[in-house]
Amino acid sequence: MGFLLFILKRFVRLLATVLIISTIIFFVIRVIPGDPALVIAGIDASDEEIASVRAKLGTDKPIGVQYIEWLGDIVRLDFGDSMISGEPVRELIFERFPLTLSLALMGISLGILIAIPLGVVSAVRRWSAWDYFGMLFSQVGMAIPSFWLAILLLLIFAVRFPLFPLFGLGSFRHLVLPALSLGFVRAAVILRLTRASMVEELSKEYVITARAKGLTETMVKYKHALRNALIPVVTITGIQFGYMLGGAIIIEQVFSLPGLGRLFLYGIYQRDFTLVQGGVVFIAVVFSLVNFLVDVLYSVINPKIRIS
Amino acid sequence: MSDRVNDSKNSGASRGAGSTGGTVLKIENLHVSFGEGETRARAVRGIDLEIHRGELHALVGESGSGKTVTSTCVLGLLPTPPAIIEAGSIYYKGHDHEGDLLQFSEDKRRRTRGREIAMVFQEPGKYLNPALRVGEQIMEMLRLHLGFRGEAAEQRALEILETVGLGGNRRVLRSFPHELSGGMKQRVMIAIAICCNPSLLIADEPTTALDVTLQMQILKLIMQLRHKFDMGILFISHDLAVVHDIADRVSVIYAGKIVESGSRDEIFNSPQHPYTRLLLASVPDAAKRGKKLVTISGKVPDAEHFPTGCAFHPRCPLAEKRCADEQPPAEKLDGSRSASCFCLGKEWPA
Repeated sequence: MGFLLFILKRFVRLLATVLIISTIIFFVIRVIPGDPALVIAGIDASDEEIASVRAKLGTDKPIGVQYIEWLGDIVRLDFGDSMISGEPVRELIFERFPLTLSLALMGISLGILIAIPLGVVSAVRRWSAWDYFGMLFSQVGMAIPSFWLAILLLLIFAVRFPLFPLFGLGSFRHLVLPALSLGFVRAAVILRLTRASMVEELSKEYVITARAKGLTETMVKYKHALRNALIPVVTITGIQFGYMLGGAIIIEQVFSLPGLGRLFLYGIYQRDFTLVQGGVVFIAVVFSLVNFLVDVLYSVINPKIRIS
Repeated sequence: MSDRVNDSKNSGASRGAGSTGGTVLKIENLHVSFGEGETRARAVRGIDLEIHRGELHALVGESGSGKTVTSTCVLGLLPTPPAIIEAGSIYYKGHDHEGDLLQFSEDKRRRTRGREIAMVFQEPGKYLNPALRVGEQIMEMLRLHLGFRGEAAEQRALEILETVGLGGNRRVLRSFPHELSGGMKQRVMIAIAICCNPSLLIADEPTTALDVTLQMQILKLIMQLRHKFDMGILFISHDLAVVHDIADRVSVIYAGKIVESGSRDEIFNSPQHPYTRLLLASVPDAAKRGKKLVTISGKVPDAEHFPTGCAFHPRCPLAEKRCADEQPPAEKLDGSRSASCFCLGKEWPA
């Protein structure tokens, strides 16, 4: 049926995206000046030592062979070993991923919980106190840098009123403040879009039809208009979630959380080629996957998209 | 007029006699304005209009003449403010309700909408919800107004699709509006309007957005349904050819006032009001081939600046001095017609 074909098409697109990104990363790494073997073996290594490191890395093989091997590694999610610690990059990533995932889930949930109800109320009662509050919230939310908000939250809710731990890991409570700092900014963006989208839908002709049918105002607004208004909101929320899965470098830094963001940041500091390379591919795969899921969800709520 | 119109004239014998059933709608002295002070626009200035069961009453006028304000007011969807209903009454007699619609509570008004008074709009593509299946858009009416549940609602919806010529096809029920053609969408729109068996149908230019062959099909469908359900229809249009094809009675509206009203034959065969006469003369027609088409000089006044006296006087070739000062009252003429003009029967200038 049309729907299955649509999903298949989007899945092929997902694979193509990952392939293209992997290819770009492969060549970028090889174009960047500097031989990883030299970095690993050290400045004063002998030619034999360098050659053996190259053999170990596989960089002595023809570039075509390297490329095929690289793609094979990606299919197995095998990103090689970290150049610094020697641990497999995959393990390093999978160790950190649960924290990043829960942080992203909590952050986006908080964002949605704040933004969508407030956005809808703002649109339905335009120019009311709710609306002004909503607009103020989103203005402030977009203007405040998240690290500043994070520090502010720490000062208030961990230092002055010690409701939540200052840093570290271990319980749900450790994640509340970081998730709040992440979610606040997302909420600001989602709220704006929800309000604008709902205002637009409420002015559409089918809303007049809904009223002419004798439906109650609740049905007109929340069954007919909201359904259409949420279509663009789902996309934006999904993309925001995709970003968050790549790790939140600044927030993780402020709260000393060992998430993906910090892992990759240290990888860059330490010139850990394999880690950075694996990290970029991983983020690309996760982001494409989230986009794929958003597309599927989008087509469920917006039947028109399946045609194109 | 055109061949198309002449065709239907021949089949006119099968047309309902009109004006036979009881009154379903009676608008009396309706006044509606927008805004206040300087920008006050008197969109509707004392409209009287009566529709009987099984009768198709066409309200004809140019855009900005108050047609849509009148119909929206009957439906109870005129936003107040900015609109102010200054005076008048809209008497309605249907299945379960009777009385002045303007005196109904908001909730009672809502329950008559869709159930007793239904509306078909101009552009079905825009007036159907793009994110809801056709079936749901029909069934929600059945559930809300008639208490249908589950399978019974679906069964009923299928029957209604059959009635509007879409067959008893479940695939249509499961379609989204964008999957249907323009003609099918308008049929769905009509299905939604008639599914609760209303006493009054308001059709606001229902065929304007369709191409000509589809127009005829949709008009035929509306005519069939009128007989089948014995509905009164308020048909809003600026297309005189269409009106001539289908109307029982015609009211011509100009600048928020009905200037002439009568049976279709009275209006089309011997129009009395100068505006009606010019309007009919300005329609292209095979019989007028080779002659210069009549145009009405000047333009439609906007509601903020309607002329004093008879609003048509600045464009009227018959206008006298008092036309600019006094408003001509509606005068009952022979038969069932009436017209508002001081110069009725006056010789047309060469």
